[in-house]
Parts: sequence; structure tokens; C-alpha cells
Amino acid sequence: MIWNKEMECLEAQEKKQLQSDRLVKLVRYIYDNVELYRKRMDEAGVSPEDIKSIDDIVKLPYTTKDDLRDTYPFGLFAAPHSDIVRIHASSGTTGKATVVGYTQNDIDVWSECVARCMTMAGVTKDDIVQVAYGYGLFTGGLGAHYGAEKLGAMVVPMSTGNSKKLTTMMVDFGATAIACTPSYLLHLSEVLRDEGLLDKIKLKSAICGAEPWTEKMHHEIESRLGVSAHDIYGLSEIMGPGVACDCKYHTGLHFCDDHFYPEIIDPKTLTPVADGEVGELVITTLTKEGIPLIRYRTKDLTSITHQRCECGRTSARISRFKGRSDDMLIIRGVNVFPSQVEAALINVEEVTPHYMMIVDRVGNLDTLEIQVEVDAKYYSDEIRGIEKLTKKISGVIQSALGISAKIKLMGPNTLKRSEGKAVHVIDNRKLY
Amino acid sequence: MTAKQLSVFIENRQGRLGEVLHVLKENGVNILSMSLADTTEYGILRLIVNNPEAGRDVLIEGGFSSIITEVLIIKVPHVAGALQSTLELISDKNVNIEYMYGLSVEEKDASIVMKTNDLAVACDVLRAAGIDTLTSDEIAKL
Repeated sequence: MIWNKEMECLEAQEKKQLQSDRLVKLVRYIYDNVELYRKRMDEAGVSPEDIKSIDDIVKLPYTTKDDLRDTYPFGLFAAPHSDIVRIHASSGTTGKATVVGYTQNDIDVWSECVARCMTMAGVTKDDIVQVAYGYGLFTGGLGAHYGAEKLGAMVVPMSTGNSKKLTTMMVDFGATAIACTPSYLLHLSEVLRDEGLLDKIKLKSAICGAEPWTEKMHHEIESRLGVSAHDIYGLSEIMGPGVACDCKYHTGLHFCDDHFYPEIIDPKTLTPVADGEVGELVITTLTKEGIPLIRYRTKDLTSITHQRCECGRTSARISRFKGRSDDMLIIRGVNVFPSQVEAALINVEEVTPHYMMIVDRVGNLDTLEIQVEVDAKYYSDEIRGIEKLTKKISGVIQSALGISAKIKLMGPNTLKRSEGKAVHVIDNRKLY
Repeated sequence: MTAKQLSVFIENRQGRLGEVLHVLKENGVNILSMSLADTTEYGILRLIVNNPEAGRDVLIEGGFSSIITEVLIIKVPHVAGALQSTLELISDKNVNIEYMYGLSVEEKDASIVMKTNDLAVACDVLRAAGIDTLTSDEIAKL
């Protein structure tokens, strides 16, 4: 099944014409409405008139997460506030969140893209979809929710945090599809097994995203739950889940490239690389109104192909992700930068700037331990004193990262000092 | 009237306690009593030594977190109920005991090391009751 055959199977020449028309319009729109872009384009000596087709996109400046941070909260919004109907936010590289806004049209496009992705995963209006991404500022929950509703499916907004209720409803309702992070789905498979419910479920599709996952996890999910598992990609800066997804042939993720134009660049030289070569994914939001972004550097490493897929779709496909070109970690579906930990610890008088983040996956769930060296004079001779300090640091970290971490206090000079660039992360998971 | 206790924070790591003791030995710091409070993550080693300031300095130099805490060391005769009656005097004044452990220095009496949440009041109570305590100077001479 293909949700929007007209758009998803557009012939190359027509696709290019559509993308070109949309880019020309977009560039005029942002030049007129976003100060930062106007300034950047003027500096680069590019005017909206210089952009005549999608090939001219290389003349345009890149956008980074720092640009969003520097213009916090609404600086890059192109639409007036009265036209914005929704806000989402994700963690920024330091302290402040990255805020994005959607017009009603943006929400409609987003729902359309998620509906396409869910259709790729075999979901139809006859399905019962449990959405077990977090609802709220995170785009996962509401994004998947609106897409599944657009499809006409019966949506169960589970959100996260109550596995027992989720598995009970999965059985009682006869849920046929689930949208959640792949590691959480693996965890759920264990809950189902322990409760003896594995042969009582009716799941057939799993739409998993918000974190990278391996081929091995993919097979594990499919064999344990008897489902067809699909990788949905997205990021809040661009929209949320639904930017791309893989079909039943699993030969890469189909990009909704009539709305989001993908490029792959060399992250060092910033020049485009050929199809099939690994580089950083850069996305331009061709139709977005709220916060359109030009050549946004995702820092996700992948490769691209423009060949037609066996499923009939002509959209560009990106390969399974190969890693990140920055130090961002994805822990339990949440983006975490070591710099956030650093910024949070600076405000805790008792600790030194030395810390180490240890990320692991235990029983399919991500764990984060942060080891911090405490200034010698703040130690206590009482367990209660040490516990109070641990709790204080733990609270500071929780509010900075949005996820909980186990805090381990360390004596002075016990964490390894590195010569040159400091190493602050040990990631024991094998994600790529 | 009070004595100084040396407290050391120790991560639960093999050989860490031994390293603390090694540093003290190398610097001639003699341990008269000790107590180890342990949790799954770390331990707090509390020591009564002949020279607490020197002990703290050499430990910090050796890379350990070490602080000095004022504690009370009370002589308790070997008589049933001796400790109980002393503690009752303290608790009657609403002073809580954070922790305590034994110290064996004299043959006829035992001693206990005690940390309370209100040192001043505890001192007043003991002084009024005529209960003997050991000071750091006296400890150093043992």
C-alpha cells in the first residue's frame, strides 16, 4: 500500500520541478521573514533571485542547532505568532531547549508524512495503534498520534512509563500496531514474555524511531513479536518523526522529499558527496511555514540513493544510520549532549569540573551513570550528607537533561585525565 | 572536651581501603580505632588517630577526600547499663546521635566515639553529669 501514490511515486523530472518550485518560493519567504537568513544570504552575496532550481540549493548557507539556540526561543520563526498553533522543543546543546513552531498547515503536512510512513509499515485505517512515545514537548507522541489519526486508525495514546498497563491493553484491545522506541519495544517483549502474554497479542506492525538501532535489534523485534518492524526517522528541528521510513523491502528509509529535501555532505569540507557515499545528512524544509530551515545540518551520518525502490516509490532513500558527526547521545530516545552535563555541573558548588558519563544498555533499556568528582572539602562523615549531595546533583542533572541519571560520587583525581581533548563519555552500547 | 576524628570517603573499588591504610602507615599515623560505614557505592571510613591533622593532610595529598570532624569520646565503665544511662541524658535534651563506635584504650574502661547533631548541648550535658571524655591531646599520648 502507498498512502499518496501521486507524490510518493512522482517521476524524477516532475519531482525535480516540484522541488525547484518549492525551493524558489521558500527562499523568497525566509528572506522576507527571517532576519538571520536575510543577513546570511546578504553576507554570502546570494539573493532570492539567484535561486532558480533545486540545483541552486548549494549556494545557500547551512543552518545548525547553534542557530536555533542563538535565536532562542522564536528567532527563526517565519510565520507570525498568530499563525503558530503548536510548539515542540528538544534539548539544546547547552541548557536551553531548541524550540520549534508549527502552523496548521505544518501540522497537516506532518500528519500526511507520518501517515505515509505508517502505510509503509503496513498500517491501515483498520488497525489499532498504540502510541508509546512520550507525549508533550517531545515530537514523538503527538507526531505519531496525528499521523495515525490521519490514516483513520484507532489510536491509543499510551505515552511512556507504564509497561504493565500497555501490555494489558495491547492484549485486551487486540492492538495491531505500536509506535515507540526500538529499545522500549524490546523491553516490552520481555514484559509480555514474563507475563505469558506473547501468544495472546495481535501485533503486526511496529514503527520504531527516535534512536538509532541495529540490524540485530530489528531481527530481534521481528522474531520475538512476530511483527514487521520499521525504522521511522525524524527530528524536531525539521518536523518530528515522519521525515523518512523504510518500506517492507527494508532497503533504506524513503524520504518524504517533496516536503524535505535531503543532501549528503562531507562534514569536514561541507561539500556534497556522491550517492552511496557516507556523509552528514542535511535537510531543507521545502514547505514548512512555522520555522522553515535551509540546509539544516542534522549531524546524522548516512548515505543516499535515488534509485526506484521495488515497492514503486521513487523517493530518495537514506541508509541505516552510521553514527553522528558530533558528540550527541541518544539515551532512551532523548538527545543528550555532554555539554549539557557540563553546564549543569558548573552550577553545583560541591563538584569539580571533572565528570564521566557511562552509557550502557541493560535488559534493552538505556542506563546513564554520571561519575562526578566532589571537591574534597564538601565530603561528609555521614552517609546522610553524602546522600543529600548525590540527590542534589541528581536533581540538577534530571532537570538539565530531562532524563534521570545515576550519580556516582568519586574522590578527587580518581577520574582519568586525558591529554588533549577530554573524554567525557563511555558508550558501551553497540548502536551502529 | 571534644576529639578530632578523621573521615575518609572511599569509592567501592578493590584495594581502595588498603591504599588509605598504606598512606597513613607511610607517614607514621597510628590508628587507635576505626569504623567503616558502607553502602553499595562507597564507604565512609572514620578513624581515631594519634595525629588527625597530619592524617588529613597526607591523605589529601595522596588523592583522598578526607575531612576532620569533632566527635565526643566518652569513657564508659564496664558495668551493665553504663552506656544506656549516658545516652539517656543526651536524648533527654533532644540531641540525636548520628553514629557511634567503640574505642578500646584502657583495660578497665571502654570508650565510645559518638557524633551528635548538637555538639554544644551534648558537651553541656556530659559536663554537668561529670562524665569524662577523651580529647585529641589525650588520644595522642595513648
